[in-house]
Amino acid sequence: MSADLVRLSAATLSQALARGDVSSVEVTRAHLDRIAAVDGDVHAYLHVSDEQALATAAGVDKARAAGEDLHPLAGVPIAVKDVVVTRGLPTTAGSKILEGWVPPYDATLVSRLKAAGLPILGKTNMDEFAMGSSTEHSAYGNTHNPWDLTRIPGGSGGGSAAAVGAYEAPLAIGTDTGGSIRQPAAVTGTVGVKPTYGSVSRYGLIALASSLDQAGPVTRTVLDAALLHELIGGHDPLDSTSLTDPVPDLVGAARLGAAGDLSGVRIGVVRELGGEGYQPGVLARFTESLELLQAAGAEVVEVSCPHFDYALAAYYLILPAEASSNLAKFDGMRFGLRVEPSEGPVTAERVMAATRGAGFGDEVKRRIILGTYALSAGYYDAYYGSAQKVRTLIQRDFAAAFAQVDVLVSPTAPTTAFRLGEKLDDPLAMYLNDVATIPVNLAGVPGISVPSGLSDDGLPVGFQVIAPARADDRLYRIGAALEAALEERWGGPLLEQAPELETNR
Amino acid sequence: MSDTLVDYDEAVRRYDPVIGLEVHVELGTVTKMFDGAEQSFGDEPNTQITPVSLGLPGALPVVNGTAVEYAVRIGLALGCSIAPSCRFARKHYFYPDLTKNFQTSQYDEPIAADGHVDIELADGTPFTVAIERAHMEEDAGKNTHVGGQGGRIHGATYSLVDYNRAGVPLVEIVTRPIVGAGALAPEVARAYVQTLRDMFRALGVSEARMERGNVRADVNVSLRPTPDAPLGTRTETKNVNSFRSIERAVRYEISRQAAILDAGGTIVQETRHWHEDRGITSAGRVKSDAEDYRYMPEPDLVPIVCDPAWIEQIRLSLPELPAARRRRLTDEWGYAEPEMRDVVNAGALDLIEATVAAGASPAAARKWWMGELARTAKTQEVDLGDLPITPEQIGALQRLVDAGRLTDKLARQVLEGVLAGEGDPEQVLVARGLEVVSDDGPLLEAIDAALAAQPDVAAKVRGGNLGPVGAIIGAVMKATRGQADAARVRELVLERVQA
Repeated sequence: MSADLVRLSAATLSQALARGDVSSVEVTRAHLDRIAAVDGDVHAYLHVSDEQALATAAGVDKARAAGEDLHPLAGVPIAVKDVVVTRGLPTTAGSKILEGWVPPYDATLVSRLKAAGLPILGKTNMDEFAMGSSTEHSAYGNTHNPWDLTRIPGGSGGGSAAAVGAYEAPLAIGTDTGGSIRQPAAVTGTVGVKPTYGSVSRYGLIALASSLDQAGPVTRTVLDAALLHELIGGHDPLDSTSLTDPVPDLVGAARLGAAGDLSGVRIGVVRELGGEGYQPGVLARFTESLELLQAAGAEVVEVSCPHFDYALAAYYLILPAEASSNLAKFDGMRFGLRVEPSEGPVTAERVMAATRGAGFGDEVKRRIILGTYALSAGYYDAYYGSAQKVRTLIQRDFAAAFAQVDVLVSPTAPTTAFRLGEKLDDPLAMYLNDVATIPVNLAGVPGISVPSGLSDDGLPVGFQVIAPARADDRLYRIGAALEAALEERWGGPLLEQAPELETNR
Repeated sequence: MSDTLVDYDEAVRRYDPVIGLEVHVELGTVTKMFDGAEQSFGDEPNTQITPVSLGLPGALPVVNGTAVEYAVRIGLALGCSIAPSCRFARKHYFYPDLTKNFQTSQYDEPIAADGHVDIELADGTPFTVAIERAHMEEDAGKNTHVGGQGGRIHGATYSLVDYNRAGVPLVEIVTRPIVGAGALAPEVARAYVQTLRDMFRALGVSEARMERGNVRADVNVSLRPTPDAPLGTRTETKNVNSFRSIERAVRYEISRQAAILDAGGTIVQETRHWHEDRGITSAGRVKSDAEDYRYMPEPDLVPIVCDPAWIEQIRLSLPELPAARRRRLTDEWGYAEPEMRDVVNAGALDLIEATVAAGASPAAARKWWMGELARTAKTQEVDLGDLPITPEQIGALQRLVDAGRLTDKLARQVLEGVLAGEGDPEQVLVARGLEVVSDDGPLLEAIDAALAAQPDVAAKVRGGNLGPVGAIIGAVMKATRGQADAARVRELVLERVQA
């Protein structure tokens, strides 16, 4: 039973739990067993919180037995990216500088998970402070792609994607600043959603770039993503940038899409997000998916977003600038690592320098230096200022495109998962992985990545759908329609084609 | 190491001082600028904190609406224009009392700009100080250095940080360069900060207690050879926190800078520290390599939008400010400027206003408080307001005089009784039997007796020579122990002799 439980979707588990076919303790224990069996190889988790998870599960089972009104996802376990603070659970953001730090408070989204009764299985691995596209910049070791353990699981949220892809959790939370939910989803054959900026609270997310960060669901099905998105979304008075709009009916949109009729939907293919630099197998799967959407009744047109060509450059000024500021607080004075200088006087300034020198990894230091420079007096206008102008132009490109079409589409990432170590010494090549996902963050619009098949190398490829701000429901309708059409063709979910992981039991 | 100083009078003869002030006021909101932690003075260290004011990873700021309203009040009271939309910015520098290692402040978009404050020096000289801007920001925590001399970081073995103050809302008010004050520059600096303090209290935005650091001033001073020369290099003396120190710090800097310039030296642009105990400033950070705070717009906060209707509503609800109130009352009461200044300096303004409200004329109210009562207070070495008498009692006393039931002389005796705790004027009057005799019966008896006792005078008066009538009146007043109304007595005497 236990082996099967971990393969069920959250929606199916929810029904089974509601009917009493299975208890939350059984479901949670099955996932903890799976983690014990495969995570030695995958290393999706930095911390597994078995006791708390089982306690939550037992509480939900008791409440259900008592006939209490429960959230549909009550008792369905979840993994949380380690950049999200969790009261009483270690939170490191993948950095040595936070080793051993146990937050005294919960992120708003964690409070919502807890209030709804989702047992938290543990915290997932990530690139340090979410800087990276491979999870290789974690201070705590690599996460391995469940499809091929010699390959990267994407990043920065490689841990969450791998956990879901390896059946170590039915649901996970990710965060996406330039593609950190969608790109890992693409390369692991899972589903990832970056919601509209401001629609999921950022309170309790360890900030990378405040104007770009957004938390979202990491799942195996589009419907599961909708269920989780509805739970974590909505206004939060603790986040000044939080939207006051109610969350749209995402589950309804997913169900509508799964029914398969896309008549009247206009889909725009972004000319700039394809062609050179994209793996042929990636483009082939993209084209096939487009044909399926057309077959479902959608109209497909090509649109141009000319300023997307400058997105990467603008992003690598805005992100480091904001990151250099957000990461200033890690100084060894109040929490986390504290390193005293090996020689010379022990002044506050020297302790800060020693702590930051020892606590931050190379990629983090690289971006702090870039950002500090970009914000310096005399350079601000040329760098940060110009980048913000490009950002405005990209937003206008989106606005013009959405005047013609309902959604935009592209491959999520230009390539499938590369080998661990392959691009570690070439930051620019690494940065190019996010070329199709970054414009979405710069504009604050929502995007989803849905599995669209395997490339010639047998590795998963993602299909990205982008909607206007606050129209996240469109992601779910189109995403679910594509998922249904593809699964009909494959005869089941893509993940069923993944090789079995060896279990060490 | 002590500075060479030029005698102050010499210094201001040879140089034209220009000053500038940056005043920080802690707003008296219930909670902090960006989070729900309460702010109150004197709590146990590190008890008024949340993840936000501790700058913990993941925490986000949310703007305190009341603090914005207070900032708008201050801006309007300074005659500034209020920005319809403004933003917060991050000002970066690493220091342990700054939890995020950046201060959330306002940079190129302050909430209020371009105003002025009218001040008055002790001798009544009016002066206008131009305001460049007023902006919102958060306070830092408080460092305590242990083991060094006098709590200084130098020689300390360790330091403690109390974050209760971290995130307390501040408004910083920056003047334009204050020129034209000449030798009065130190006094202008002092009067300016005093005026702001009174304004903050009147606006209800802060308790504005200097001794608690609610109001802190940074004092900029520069010298130039003549008033038409370009501005000289300035020094900024930080955290001067009493009126007296502000005046002294300006004087000291003028004397110190004059000595350097006299010797052919140049002033170094730097921040300086004020030493209250020794009355001197000492060099702090050199600012020549202009600090780079790497300002950036605060991405965690949306812009603050002040609806014009809301601003108008606040403008209408502003209380009258001290200077305006003084001007209005001077007009209403018909006091001369020097009279009003004496009243203000004596701390009698509120007392007189209440006395007028209790029915006394402004002239009578001033006469009591600035005359008899001021003398009493001086003799007893207490403040006027601490005398055991209320404006209502003075009002009642004056009403008795106005009704003719007391003469001025009797009223002073009643006052004495009230001050001695014998009760209200009416009670004292009755108890001491001091009422003016207004019943004609006893008066006529006394008049007849006086006329009978001085027959020669009576004869002259009857004969139409009114000159000696005073002798009769005097005798009647004496007989009634001064409790008769002399005018009435005169009337009755004349009636009597003409009958």
